[in-house]
Amino acid sequence: MALSKRHPAALFAVLAVALGTTGAAYAAVNAQTAPKVVAKTETQVEQGKQLFLEGCSSCHGLAAQGASDGPSLLGVGAASVDFQVGTGRMPLAAPGVQAMPKMPSYNEEETAALAAYIATLGAGPGIPTAEMLDTTNAELALGGELFRTNCAQCHGASGVGGALSEGRKAPSLMDSNAKRLYEAMVSGPQSMPVFADSTLSVEDKKNIIAYVTELQANKSPGGFSLGRQGPVTEGLFIFIVGLGVLIVAAVWIGAKAK
Amino acid sequence: MNELEHPTGDPYGAKDGKDLISGITVFPMEPHVPRKSDIDPKAAIRAERQVATMFGLSSLMILLFIVAYIKVPADLLITIPVIGTLNANHLAIGFTFGMAILLIGLGAIHWAKKLMPDEEVIQERHALTSTNEERVAVQSSLQRGAAESGFKERKIIRRSLLGALALFPVPLIVLLRDLGPLPGTRLRETIWDEGIHLVTDATYKKIKASDIPLGGLINAVPENLLEIEHEEETLNQRGKASIIIVRMDPADIVSQQGEAWDYQGVLAFSKICTHLGCPTSLYQQRTHHLLCPCHQSTFDLSDSGNVVFGPAARRMPQLAITVDAEGYLVAQSGFNEPVGPSFWERG
Amino acid sequence: MSTTEESIQAPAHAAPTTKGGAVGYYIDDRLASANFTKRLVDKVFPDHWSFMLGEVALYSFIILLLSGTYLTLFFNPSMTEVIYNGSYVPLKGVKMSEAYSSTLAISFDVRGGLLMRQIHHWAALFFTAAVSVHLLRVFFTGAFRKPREINWVIGTLLLVLALLEGFSGYSLPDDLLSGTGLRIAQGIIQAIPLVGTYVAMFLFGGEFPGTDIMPRLYSIHILLIPGILLALITVHLIMVFYQKHTQFPGPGRTESNVVGFRLFPIYMAKAGGFFFVVFGITVLIAALVTINPVWLYGPYTPSQVTAGSQPDWYIGWLDGAVRLMPNLESVVFGYTLSWNILVPALVIPGIMFTALGLYPWIEAWATGDRREHHLLDRPRNAPTRTGLGVMALTFYMILVISGGNDIIASAFNLSINQITWGFRFLLFILPPLAFVLTKRICLGLQRRDNNKLLHGYETGRILRLPSGEFIEIHEPIGEAEKAKLLAKADVVPMALPSAVDENGVRNPKAAKSIARAKLSQWFYSDVIPTPTDEEMRAAAEHAAHELHEAESHLKEISQH
Repeated sequence: MALSKRHPAALFAVLAVALGTTGAAYAAVNAQTAPKVVAKTETQVEQGKQLFLEGCSSCHGLAAQGASDGPSLLGVGAASVDFQVGTGRMPLAAPGVQAMPKMPSYNEEETAALAAYIATLGAGPGIPTAEMLDTTNAELALGGELFRTNCAQCHGASGVGGALSEGRKAPSLMDSNAKRLYEAMVSGPQSMPVFADSTLSVEDKKNIIAYVTELQANKSPGGFSLGRQGPVTEGLFIFIVGLGVLIVAAVWIGAKAK
Repeated sequence: MNELEHPTGDPYGAKDGKDLISGITVFPMEPHVPRKSDIDPKAAIRAERQVATMFGLSSLMILLFIVAYIKVPADLLITIPVIGTLNANHLAIGFTFGMAILLIGLGAIHWAKKLMPDEEVIQERHALTSTNEERVAVQSSLQRGAAESGFKERKIIRRSLLGALALFPVPLIVLLRDLGPLPGTRLRETIWDEGIHLVTDATYKKIKASDIPLGGLINAVPENLLEIEHEEETLNQRGKASIIIVRMDPADIVSQQGEAWDYQGVLAFSKICTHLGCPTSLYQQRTHHLLCPCHQSTFDLSDSGNVVFGPAARRMPQLAITVDAEGYLVAQSGFNEPVGPSFWERG
Repeated sequence: MSTTEESIQAPAHAAPTTKGGAVGYYIDDRLASANFTKRLVDKVFPDHWSFMLGEVALYSFIILLLSGTYLTLFFNPSMTEVIYNGSYVPLKGVKMSEAYSSTLAISFDVRGGLLMRQIHHWAALFFTAAVSVHLLRVFFTGAFRKPREINWVIGTLLLVLALLEGFSGYSLPDDLLSGTGLRIAQGIIQAIPLVGTYVAMFLFGGEFPGTDIMPRLYSIHILLIPGILLALITVHLIMVFYQKHTQFPGPGRTESNVVGFRLFPIYMAKAGGFFFVVFGITVLIAALVTINPVWLYGPYTPSQVTAGSQPDWYIGWLDGAVRLMPNLESVVFGYTLSWNILVPALVIPGIMFTALGLYPWIEAWATGDRREHHLLDRPRNAPTRTGLGVMALTFYMILVISGGNDIIASAFNLSINQITWGFRFLLFILPPLAFVLTKRICLGLQRRDNNKLLHGYETGRILRLPSGEFIEIHEPIGEAEKAKLLAKADVVPMALPSAVDENGVRNPKAAKSIARAKLSQWFYSDVIPTPTDEEMRAAAEHAAHELHEAESHLKEISQH
């Protein structure tokens, strides 16, 4: 079921439009409605092109071929557009080393249109289907192994993110849903390398997503998690709270009673 | 005990209001101010009750601890505001146990502060040095002992004894020999060799070069690692042979450690940091920089893996790769240099 | 022989009157312990909150022994690979060492096991933190001076052992974080010239990680180091007991006495109670706050790593030093010298601990002070020492912070490269700056103390003099405050010896004593003497006069 790069661009447009039409993130492609959608595809692509020319082309170039301010978008695929625009990373709030997520500037329909347009420019990974995100039969423990092998080095073993070079960072995964996780893996936004379906299979991705979802449940049997930042916050805690309380007690012991 | 005698007759051991030793002005002790509980019997009874309440609550907490230990399920998770979702049994037994101990402490201190005398007392220090006579006496005893032993005069005995004592630890050190093998060439070798397939870590699948996207990263190991999977060596070899595979636009490659060590922009590098050996795979595909999360050594993979930042002194070793007949990545040869941290004999 | 026979005849005793007495008599008949026990029971300890920091360390150590013993009942320090089949679902079926799997079992399958693990780990952080802060207290109050230099050295050894003990314990669960720490330690050992690779091979039983290191670390962690710690702590305490505790200056306090409360019952209740407070707080923290959630890190394998790989706080300075060091390495005659590792991991710690241990003698040599000291210095009254201490502390703190540079970068959206470069410079800029600043603050505080002695404290009430001038009413300070402020022993820097002898010939041997005298003069530079009795009397008269004038003026106003 894996989508490979050889799929025609139109399929991505179909998926994008299906999402735009239903307005639901996990909408499935329904074969019976497909013809209708295809009919709408061309207008979607056209709308996406208009939006692109108005909002994106100043940085990415009129033909999305890339310029000094923005990389080429040829062949990045719909997944990349959906991730970047849908999380509000694009358009950039301000030029800098790291695009930060914020309130999206485009609504779902517009995002779908942009994704549909970019998908027509070159073959690239598409937006994952609900089936690709279904983690019902995922292997949690294998997901953990894959997460620690491929993801933990940047996002941390507990998924809270970490620092990269020159002010860039790997964001926390605590608020990312399955679709965003999948899109990020398959498109490699910004500093992140690409984990294509051909090298990290759809099943592996499902396992990873299941593990991240488990991390997101934020179960902390031992008590307050201190942000899961590791020994640094533990050290701060023992000095500020731990020793603080004991020194207050020591002052109380040493003080003369009235 | 050599209690200091005070020729001055001053209660603080001072003379003319000055400390005999440091010369600082000595002020008399302040008059004792009685506490409420010293004057008011009601206050004293109140304090007594407070202390007893704390000790009583402590016992109650121990009872609650036992109830919690038995009754609260060990796998129940509960969510508490601010603290989060935690194990109910852990919380219940920890809280009751902690409170029980804490209350004993608070009660004892409260007791001491409110009801035990709080008038400070003065105790003299004793001299921390012996009298001259004592020193002379011990000296002569030691000299007598030395003379009786003949240690000084009988040179042969002295020297042979010192020699024997110097050698006595040798067996203790020699016996440590079998703690581990000699280094040999272990640190210079990995299990990589010509024609060994590169397989994905954790899932152990062969990798088609054409499957790797631009900007892609794969954490990989040699296929023959699986052959020793159940032997003791597995982790040791994994600690040396782990690699990362990245793909970049061939036009972006500034230099490589050997000619045509890549395959169409697919490059393989050791994953073991040349600084202190942490697995290093924080690959930033836009800049082609590889960052180590331990001490932030940064390597430029598009430029022979050279160090661009941080404490690492050596470039990241590159593994020469190519493809087999079916297009799967294989090693052209083993690593050309030792991987991992430097060592004295490395050169 | 007749004399001996006489002396072993027990002196006639009265019969004990109480049951407790009977026990005491029984023991005394065998140990002649009455005298010692009386001294112990009547022993006077001075009261000050900062004297309890050492107690926190001691009590944490006891908690560590208790909780650690519990953990040994369940922990299995073996590196044999097993497939996990415990109750923590996200790791079910994962290959791991028995050490890690038994740590998970303690955390999830033993009721109270997680609590004990967290008590043990939090107590370890408490122990190292309390040892460090206790060290600072002893340093800044000059408590290490004669006759307590030997105990200072024992304290330094205890600190080093505490760090080793902590690190070996941190490594035992064999999770991803601790294994990474062990890998770094192995890398450091391997970098030692000449013997490094051999030591590493012998310690790990071959290459990293091998299968021997956990059992070996285990016996080091639960037997070797705690044994030495226990012995040294005992000696440390006996010496405190024998030499009697130092005390802060105050009314009635001199160099030849101790003012405070008796061991029995006050200290028994207070210090005993404080043990329960420390224990109780540790258990409550362990019940409420997670520490080292090893299940999130996963089992150790040398090909995995997590972002934010940090040691526990007390090793942070070492990790920070390693992070800051530029990448210097040289190859001499075919042998590698890894300065980038040797300098931060061996040379700097070596210098730091040597200087720390020798400091009492360094200061005594520099000042020429050979007197006994039982009254503590207020830090402001020893500006050079306080300055040096803050300087060293600043250096240390920059290293600690650098050890968390990646966490700082991601928490505050900063560039890790810039932070690292910043700290590389600040490591050399800030400490001297801290020295100068601290010394100035100390001198300022001394002047303020002198002001208080001369003019009393400011009441905040303002009066207008007939001349139109405003004055603030000062009240004289109390006797206790006066005793504290005047307790500043006069210091005399060594005189500069002449560079030539009496015949006018240059004396080459004088160079050393000249250098020493100069050091002494530097150490005691900017001495601010306390006001003399005359000065204080004159100031008091002046103030009384001013106040009288102002009051009569006030009366005049009210009469109109």
